[in-house]
Parts: sequence; structure tokens; C-alpha cells
Amino acid sequence: MESRFCLFLLKPVALLALAGMLGGCAWLHHRDEPVYSENEPVIAPQIERRTITEADIDSEDFEIGAYAGVMSIEDFGSNAVGGIRADYHITEDFFTELAVGASRAGKTSYETLSGGAQLLTGSQRNLVYYNLSAGYNLLPGESFFGKSHAFNSALYLLAGVGDTEFANDSHFTVNVGAGYRFLVNDWIALHLDFQDHIFNSDLLGTDKTTHNLEATAGVSVFF
Amino acid sequence: MTPQGYRGWLLWLAGLLLLSRCLPLQAAASGYYQVRVTGPYLELHTGPGRGYPVFYVVDRGEQVAVIKRRTDWFLVRDAHGKQGWVTRADMEQTVSPQGEPTHFAEASFGDFSRRKWEAGVMAGYFEGADVLTAYTGYYLNSLLATEIQLSQVFGNYSGGVSASINLLSQPFPEWRLSPYFLVGTGVIRVSPKVTLTNGPDRNEQIANVGLGVRWYLTRRFLVRAEYENHVIFQKADDNQEINEWKAGFAFFF
Repeated sequence: MESRFCLFLLKPVALLALAGMLGGCAWLHHRDEPVYSENEPVIAPQIERRTITEADIDSEDFEIGAYAGVMSIEDFGSNAVGGIRADYHITEDFFTELAVGASRAGKTSYETLSGGAQLLTGSQRNLVYYNLSAGYNLLPGESFFGKSHAFNSALYLLAGVGDTEFANDSHFTVNVGAGYRFLVNDWIALHLDFQDHIFNSDLLGTDKTTHNLEATAGVSVFF
Repeated sequence: MTPQGYRGWLLWLAGLLLLSRCLPLQAAASGYYQVRVTGPYLELHTGPGRGYPVFYVVDRGEQVAVIKRRTDWFLVRDAHGKQGWVTRADMEQTVSPQGEPTHFAEASFGDFSRRKWEAGVMAGYFEGADVLTAYTGYYLNSLLATEIQLSQVFGNYSGGVSASINLLSQPFPEWRLSPYFLVGTGVIRVSPKVTLTNGPDRNEQIANVGLGVRWYLTRRFLVRAEYENHVIFQKADDNQEINEWKAGFAFFF
């Protein structure tokens, strides 16, 4: 009885061993007789095409910076404005930009002349905007400073959409503008920007399209 | 600003200019990736763009250090310290010091159909109002993806922000122009315009169904356009149905 049981256990082991032997023979056979094709050289050159990865070379397509200047908020005078921007350079021609800025509205002519009348409360005068723009480097070139210094620069166009939070309301805003980028070296840039932030407002009773012009200077770094 | 203030700024700018000119000299060339020129010569441009003139050529057999890359241009420096920008096509005419040809890994259509993450922005109409949307998505497999959409709506009488979680199904992931369907749910916060009414903000639940297409552009970029039908489950009123059309662009990785 016991031997039959042993035999029963041994059967799969034997089968496995047989399979292993056959496999091994096949492998040995394969190893003994390598197959040569007519076209293939006997000794293949060991040259591999090496792909350069991002880690090998520092890629600087991003730009981050800050700017400050003047923003004319329609009906509310010209006021200081400041903001931060982040750019991604897709190609040598196109880039995208995300900008967030803040200003504070002054008084309308009516408020100044009437003496005490207030159209907006203190916190309602805060203006905060964000926009996402597409940029195009229209006139890339060089700027010369004296005889021996040349700096890369570009005149670019910007257009985008975003939101302007003003007087406790959100306003869908279209921004268009142009700017001048002056590269001090290969990673620091100075900017001069002129933009029009266009949005509809019914703050003064009638619904109208307002143009809010902004002129800023800024500095940014590529990384 | 006082004249002193302006002078301070000018001095600061001049300092920055001088400092930035000195910085590249301090950086040692040793840590940079080196390549050897195998083409007849390697042209160095004064800037990273096709219009910048060639001001110097590096001869065949000479070695250059690759300092950085901007879009498809590479800043290189040769043994004599000459520094200039080289196109990607020209860079592929070089070999490593060991003799391996230079080749740059670029995202292609193959990566598009195998993408894992996607992020983008869209703009459009939300039942007559303007809408801006930012989204980020993750692909569970080649057919199914989940995504989070954040939107801001700018209406004439009220505005709002919404957040949604959607499940997207794309039956043909291998197509360059690939259609998809989506279902999802989220919340919307409706704020009446301050100049018209003084009502409180309302939070409502929202359900979304939609369909759209993705179109692979180039490298890591794609265009996306979609139609969504929303049902807002209003607490105080009947359900409101909203049609939304929007389009935008995105990148994947």
C-alpha cells in the first residue's frame, strides 16, 4: 500500500524531471548549433544608440518672475499694480503664461467732486486678476549696448483669458498686449509689458465694456 | 518715487547686470555633458532662434560641453571658451566621447496613446455665460480615466465656481483624433451679482454627462473640445439643465 502511495507521489516528480531533461537537452542543442543567417555579420558591432535623457542636460523651458507698474482701472484712476508670472516656452516662437496680479482702485471723479460720496467700500476697491495667455515671439533679436555687449531680446504679443475680481464680483476678462523681453544673460530676463484687460462691468449703472490698461516692468529667471 | 529711489533702482540694476555677466565664468565646464563633432562643422548661433546669426563654427573632431537646453536649442561651449546656441538637428550630428551617436528622447504619438497624466485648460460657454476650466486627469488604463475639473462661470446675473469628478472612457485610444464619453458629479457654488441682488451664495449638487474629442498635436500637447450636459439639483427649485460647450489645450506626461 505504502509503495503504491510512494509511486503515486513519485510520478509527478519523475514527469517534472523528464520535462526538465528534455528542456535542458533542447537548450544544449540550441547552444551547440547557433543559427547564422546569410545577411548577418558573424560579429555584430556592440554600438547602441544612446538616448540622452532630461537628466543629462539642464532643460530651461520655464520662466518665473515678478512685475510692478501702473494699472488704469476705468473710472477709478491709475493705481499701482504688482504681480507674479510663470511662463512655459513650448517652442522658440510660442509660449504660455499664467499671471496673477493685484491693484487697488482709487476714487472716481464723481467721488472726488461730491466730497463724501463712496461708491465702493474699502475691501471692494481691491482688484485681483489672473489670466492664462498664449504668447508669440514676434520680433526676436539682439540689442546692443555700446561696442562690445550684445543682449538677446524679443518683442512678443500676448493674448489670453482670465478672471478679474473687483467690487466683490467676478468678471470674465480678455487680455491682449505686447511686451519686450531683454535677456541680461542666458537665464535672467527683464520685461516691459503693456496689456489691456477688457471686461464688462455694470458698476456705474449701465453695462459697458471697460478697458483697463496696464504698464509694468519686471524681472524673471529661466529654470 | 524720489530721485534717490530711482538712483537706488538703477544701481541695483547695474549691479545685477555686472553680476550676471560674471556668473558664467565661475561655473566650471567639467560637470557638463560632452559631445564630439562628427559633421563637417558645428554652427554656433548668437541666440536660441532660427534668425540669430552664426558667429562661430566648431571644427570636426573637437569637443564641446552642453550647458543647457531651451526648447529645441542647446547652449554649448568649446575648448576655447566660445559659447553659442546649436539646433537640435545639428546636435544629432555629434557623438559622445565614447563614440555613441547623440539622440534626444522626444515625446511622440506613441507616448500619447500610453499617457498616464493629463492636465489642461479650456474656455467656452455655460448656458450663455462664459466659463473657464482647469483640469487634471489620471489614466487607470488605456480606455478609462478619472479627472478633476475646476471651473469658474461668469454670468450676467450670477457667477459661480464648480468642482467635478468625472470618469472618462475613450473607446479608440490609438486614434490621433480620439473621441471620449464622460459621466461625473460635483458641486457648484452660485453667487448672485452684487450690483443686482444681494442674495446669499448657494451650494448645489451637479451631475455631468458629456462627449468630446482629443486631438494629438505635437510633442506633449493636445487639443480637447467637449460638450457637457449638467443637471443642477437645486434645493429651493426644480432641477436645472445646463448645456456647456468648451475647448482648450492640454499636455500629457
